[in-house]
Amino acid sequence: MPEPIEPYEEGRAIAATGGGGATDLAMAEAETLEKTPGGPKGTGPDKKPRSLWSDAWHDLRRNPVFIVSGLIILFLVVISIWPSLIASGDPLDCDLAKAQEGSQPGHPFGFNGQGCDVYTRTVYGARTSVTVGVLATLGVALLGSVLGGLAGFFGGAWDGVLSRITDVFFAIPVVLGGLVLLSVVTSSTVWPVIGFMVLLGWPQISRIARGSVITAKQNDYVQAARALGASNSRMLLRHITPNAVAPVIVVATIALGTYIALEATLSYLGVGLKPPTVSWGIDISSASQYVRNAPHMLLWPAGALAITVLAFIMLGDAVRDALDPKLR
Amino acid sequence: MADLSTNDEAVAAALDTPVRRGEPILQVRNLKKHFPLTQGILFKKQVGAVKAVDGVSFDLYQGETLGIVGESGCGKSTVAKLLMNLERATAGEVFYKGQDITKLSGRALKAVRRNIQMVFQDPYTSLNPRMTVGDIIGETFDIHPEVAPKGERRRKVQDLLDVVGLNPEYINRYPHQFSGGQRQRIGIARGLALNPEIIICDEPVSALDVSVQAQVINLMEKLQDEFNLSYVFIAHDLSIVRHISDRVGVMYLGKLAEIGTDEEIYEHPTHPYTQALLSAVPVPDPQARADRDRIILTGDVPSPANPPSGCRFRTRCWKAQDKCATEQPVLAVPERFRGQKTLAAHESACHFAEERDVVHAG
Repeated sequence: MPEPIEPYEEGRAIAATGGGGATDLAMAEAETLEKTPGGPKGTGPDKKPRSLWSDAWHDLRRNPVFIVSGLIILFLVVISIWPSLIASGDPLDCDLAKAQEGSQPGHPFGFNGQGCDVYTRTVYGARTSVTVGVLATLGVALLGSVLGGLAGFFGGAWDGVLSRITDVFFAIPVVLGGLVLLSVVTSSTVWPVIGFMVLLGWPQISRIARGSVITAKQNDYVQAARALGASNSRMLLRHITPNAVAPVIVVATIALGTYIALEATLSYLGVGLKPPTVSWGIDISSASQYVRNAPHMLLWPAGALAITVLAFIMLGDAVRDALDPKLR
Repeated sequence: MADLSTNDEAVAAALDTPVRRGEPILQVRNLKKHFPLTQGILFKKQVGAVKAVDGVSFDLYQGETLGIVGESGCGKSTVAKLLMNLERATAGEVFYKGQDITKLSGRALKAVRRNIQMVFQDPYTSLNPRMTVGDIIGETFDIHPEVAPKGERRRKVQDLLDVVGLNPEYINRYPHQFSGGQRQRIGIARGLALNPEIIICDEPVSALDVSVQAQVINLMEKLQDEFNLSYVFIAHDLSIVRHISDRVGVMYLGKLAEIGTDEEIYEHPTHPYTQALLSAVPVPDPQARADRDRIILTGDVPSPANPPSGCRFRTRCWKAQDKCATEQPVLAVPERFRGQKTLAAHESACHFAEERDVVHAG
């Protein structure tokens, strides 16, 4: 009777290989456990292991996008702290007789409508843009992640109320809101603009922080900490925050570029910063009327703005890739 | 506040009394967890409840392993969370050394947590990826500083790693540098750190390779002898539960269907659901496989939000009669076996309980 025996033998063969494979695996595992003091991935015990953050940094250093955007941002930060390093003139020292004149020796970008040196003003304008961008982002990230993170962690009524408030803020068009709110402000400092950005920007971060805290909260290691008797603050600070902060950092970096662009937009519309503050937005605004006769007055500050915004967005993109474990 | 602190002291005193081997250390009585189903965005209104655990009672004796089996969604893991007080029970009590722990909070709860610990199912999510092994295990001593003085903590963590079969030099490594089996050992070391009396194991090996499962199970058995632990061992793998358990409870749709010693449950099952479950266990020997009694159930598990009336299993049971729809069977020794000295005389929640040896049939 060959026919009924055949499947029987096949079954045996499969069972035998399966069993053998399992033993091999068991032995391999036992070996890693007991015999190799170096450990699972073959690194020596003295070699310091890399955390996920240092893994991300390791990736970033090899990413050309990060290097290029990082260098641009570094340069911007340096010249916004010490603009006199590369521009010897005074941005407010203007000579109406030279208005709209083109490139000349000592004045490579020419002069603007008021006869001010465009090169000096472009260099000095970086300070305003970087200040507005960095402070607005810090404010937005702090306010948004604290409110959103607490809502995500505690849930309940507070979460419901906060979510509805975010919905309301999302419904306000940013430029319209700026026109309405900032037109009543007379101060010529950067603070009203930063305040406005924080006011309208926090819901975006708050939503992201809430979502990522809810995701992190459901992990078993948070339950494990709770089972050990950990307090809420320990769970939030030691377990949830480090694992939920990455998306907030990424979105904040990208948002930084958009805040710089928004400052320029608001200044262009005449409700943002006001002269005598030196800002790319103000210069673009005043140059736009003469764009046919003297395009250089518009192109230099606009180009600087475009490169800055692009650099921050590229940086955010690179950071996001480096912090995403799925791409590793 | 004075009331509360004396209460705390009473709890602490009760917790310090040792329980002799073979006496109940954990008594679960009519435990229920209903998750509300809500509708509406701002004004939530409850439209029903998922009855994840709906009246579960059992005793855990000191030094034993109680296995709890059942298919996905029957409420096993919710029972584990309720025992750990990670979820608040809707009703019912869990007595630890005679003290109801379901309503405790604050310091009293923290004291109980020193004695009841948990090993989680998934070793990939139960360890914080941003903390080193030393920090993960050492955190228990930060939370309960009275267990180990500051200077001794590092050495204690290394001892624990040694106890679970890991190299103590791994203390500075991160979880992603370990294999699944090694991670589960770290999870067990964390559970052991406070020197607890009870460990709740929520499917501790289901996420591991078969070859590694055996190692982890053997480790857990070794630790049980060494530290005099009591286990509640939740799993869906019947063979593993039989291997490790002294007694086994079978859950179906939020209720216990049958509970008894492993021999009573595996060799002499009287509840039709247990019989069906056992008949589905893979048999490695093809000859025995051909001979055994295979019960194939029809239909799906009903929704726990709307469980059947009477006996929960009646919609899929081949023995169901009118009585099953109207009368809820209680978990007790069935009348026909009462007073008899057979292994079939154990608690079973069925109106028509009878023995059927599915494993050795034919």
